[in-house]
Amino acid sequence: MKVTAAIVGSGNIGTDLLYKLLRSPVIEPRWMAGIDPDSPGLHRAAQHGLVTGAGGADWLLSQNPLPDLVFEATSASVHRANAPAYAKAGIRAIDLTPAAVGPSVVPEVNLGEHRDAPNLNLTTCGGQATIPMVHAVSQVTPVSYAEIVASVASRSAGPGTRANIDEFTRTTSRGLESIGGAARGKAIIVLNPAEPPLIMRDTIFCAVSPDADTAAISKSVTERVTEIARYVPGYRLLDEPQFDRVGDVLRVGIFVEVEGSGDYLPKYAGNLDIMTAAAVRVGEAMA
Amino acid sequence: MTVDVRITDSSLRDGSHAKRHQFTAEEVASIVAALDAAGVPVIEVTHGDGLGGSSFTYGLSRTPEQELISVAVRTATRAKIAFLMLPGVGVIDDIRAAAGNGASVCRIATHCTEADIAVQHFGLARDLGLETVGFLMMAHSLPPERLAEQARIMADAGCQCVYVVDSAGALVLDQVGDRVAALVAELGDAAQVGFHGHENLGLGVANSVLAYRAGAKQIDGSTRRFGAGAGNTPVEAFVGVCDKLGIRTGVDFFKIVDAAEDVVRPAMPDECKLDRMALIMGYAGVYSSFLLHAWSLAERYQVSGAEILVKAGERRLVGGQEDQLIGIARELALRTP
Repeated sequence: MKVTAAIVGSGNIGTDLLYKLLRSPVIEPRWMAGIDPDSPGLHRAAQHGLVTGAGGADWLLSQNPLPDLVFEATSASVHRANAPAYAKAGIRAIDLTPAAVGPSVVPEVNLGEHRDAPNLNLTTCGGQATIPMVHAVSQVTPVSYAEIVASVASRSAGPGTRANIDEFTRTTSRGLESIGGAARGKAIIVLNPAEPPLIMRDTIFCAVSPDADTAAISKSVTERVTEIARYVPGYRLLDEPQFDRVGDVLRVGIFVEVEGSGDYLPKYAGNLDIMTAAAVRVGEAMA
Repeated sequence: MTVDVRITDSSLRDGSHAKRHQFTAEEVASIVAALDAAGVPVIEVTHGDGLGGSSFTYGLSRTPEQELISVAVRTATRAKIAFLMLPGVGVIDDIRAAAGNGASVCRIATHCTEADIAVQHFGLARDLGLETVGFLMMAHSLPPERLAEQARIMADAGCQCVYVVDSAGALVLDQVGDRVAALVAELGDAAQVGFHGHENLGLGVANSVLAYRAGAKQIDGSTRRFGAGAGNTPVEAFVGVCDKLGIRTGVDFFKIVDAAEDVVRPAMPDECKLDRMALIMGYAGVYSSFLLHAWSLAERYQVSGAEILVKAGERRLVGGQEDQLIGIARELALRTP
């Protein structure tokens, strides 16, 4: 029997998540909660047979039975307010906001350690796209410093990200260290307004010892990309890793593109797609 | 002293690109001392890509920028010390540190369509008591009315002077005047308007005069053009032109000419030249600080640097996307038989 799930938040992310969950072999999306009865997301969910309500998390918690899992696609402040109520009701939460109530997880990296936690968060879109690459390198050789540049289409950066872009840089930097395994991390995000919108691209630099095994690094990176592409089909290497001596270190350069699957969000918004795809992956592991 | 236009010298920030971010504390001290003595009212000191710019992507700093800011603050007797920051590269903690080191003008730059990512930073800068300047970069890529809408977002967030920033040196004469005039009309008394020019089409001084005539109250330049691309508007030439036109800058022409020749030039790796690659940047609308990155990549992958820049223009890369030049160079290398 499938585990049951609710989506809280009926915006772009919640709606895209709906389509991905409808395909899941182990999760049944049964409820969607929003705050606006006229929201297109709620209408779409209703068309697909979900029970919908515009009373937010309070409405959801009044349902009987309650879901096994809740996917929170609202905002950090809303999730912080909702999280204790979910926990009290015994509902496990997958948090797509920056609230970071529970441990941060990146599938293929540290999901196994936290599978049983009551609340998991997905760090940032840039983190989902780059932390696995840093981890792939740090599995082979120590990484003294990791730096990433995430280039995203302006249209795919919502008001929450824009109002607190520091939260993106700080959270991603921390993830490069605590999850990716770099001794020090730095994250940069650039918004590009070009039309038609550019597909998300990420550059990952790792500082390693000049005598590191470059063939082993390239192999580890390539294998990891294949693993990620199983749940994010549009995740691909643009080039083979590049190695350059910079000062005392060897700089590994890894270049990826993240094309979304276009379930509801446009394909260029790979930064959003990788979050909803990771959320489904995490939910399936918890199920 | 009453001035008609306030000059900010960016040799120690935009010049950081030309210097590949290798400034020493001694160089910063000597340049600040010379500019300060010539009467330059504001001197900007930061990594070329702003606070937190020291990185693999943009180039590692030889001396930590906060140390350079401290040296500049200690050296200046009259000039205010400014710093630049780009949301997405630097963070609020970097602004706090620069303020703590005594810098007093906070300049916050975004691509010209993305002003709203700087709202939180303007708010903090004002809370810290800093004077604020907003940079709308790559201003050639937006028409005047839309640029003015973005300027309004910055002013509402607490920005006291919004700059039309010609990062690519691509704006030509009236295109500058029209943009400055649109911002002046939109902002009224809410904020001043400034102009930051580059020399990639040889128009830094002329564009700055037109900006002034359209109502700009602040103008950026770099002494000896020490900056990105073909360099910035040469401060000493702009001061001389202003003297001739009766525009008061408060900067002593002969002293700034001497500073350019005797102090700034010796710290420069090379003159900033209007050569093939610089011209292509102005013509194709490419972010000026891509220049030396394209040079290095052309050498590393044995491809044409000019072609890298042309592709960067075609792909409409914006400031901060220096990492994407690597991919362009690789594509060119793989294409070449």
